[in-house]
Amino acid sequence: MTKKTFLRAFRDSLPILAGYLALGFGFGVLLQSKGYSFWWAILMSCTMFAGSGQYAGVDFLASGATILTTAVMTLIINARHFFYGFSMLDKYKGMGPVKPYLIFGLTDETYSIVCSAKLDEGIDKRKYYFFLTALNHSYWITGCTLGAVIGGVLPFSNEGIDYAMTALFIVIMVEQWLSTKEHLPAILGVVTTVVCLVIFGADLFIIPAMALIALELVIFRKKLDKTGENAEVKQDD
Amino acid sequence: MIDTGYSLILIAVMAAVTAFIRFSPFILFPEGRKRPRVITYLGTVLPYAVIGMLVVYCFKGKSLLAYPYCIPELLAAALVVGLHVWKRNTLISVFSGVAFYMVLVQLVF
Repeated sequence: MTKKTFLRAFRDSLPILAGYLALGFGFGVLLQSKGYSFWWAILMSCTMFAGSGQYAGVDFLASGATILTTAVMTLIINARHFFYGFSMLDKYKGMGPVKPYLIFGLTDETYSIVCSAKLDEGIDKRKYYFFLTALNHSYWITGCTLGAVIGGVLPFSNEGIDYAMTALFIVIMVEQWLSTKEHLPAILGVVTTVVCLVIFGADLFIIPAMALIALELVIFRKKLDKTGENAEVKQDD
Repeated sequence: MIDTGYSLILIAVMAAVTAFIRFSPFILFPEGRKRPRVITYLGTVLPYAVIGMLVVYCFKGKSLLAYPYCIPELLAAALVVGLHVWKRNTLISVFSGVAFYMVLVQLVF
């Protein structure tokens, strides 16, 4: 059962393997270009496990940013993660000693897989979530470290491989779209974020987008809460 | 690089803030304590909205107004959607999309 669970987690993590190696590599290259050895890449990827947060972190380190700037900017950049826990309150209930690690490792990609994975009876959920999180973490650490060690010189061009993340989110969106007749939450998510991106720009859009999405979902609660179309999400609870 | 001690402090701050964000929903609504119905409701609908938000998030650094006008991203996205509706196989959809995108950005655009 453990082996079956591990293989399932491994299979589900494969799109993330490609994306994390590429994105992590880019981070490692950037970090070592500022004079930090690969030990720093290991330290940051182990303790932060956050893509855009770490990329921004290189700037904070290189420029010697103040502690306040670093804290506030990290809060803004990673704010979207605040939403993820709300969907995991029940899924991660009773996970025991691994629960803090699962929460620590709740990245965009892990979250999207955990939300969409339909696990059958033969899968131990606790082990599945742990394997998935740990595998993703190991890919991320490996990518970051390799980038810092190799430092930008690859015998082939990997330009564009980071599209794996975009493709993964699109696939999950298609899966969700096909699994329900209620498309309003998905539409609200896309439209609200696009509008905020246009109005607030690439650096500031995410927090207004999150606030508006939450507000809109609460406004439409009467319509969305009684449809029962979200039974699919609830079944794993 | 700035000095080692200050680098370590900044990394600790970034790690702590990131973990704080991820842990805060679980701290606000701990296991076994009753939580407002609206929070449970949000937990069920947010994944649909958030995945939409993440798809847009992936496009944030790209411009529709300057060359190549997001054409590689949109073509690859169309391929991913088409393949996935057809085959419903995540690995095929993702890896075909990535390969196609890499060809586009490296050889075409």
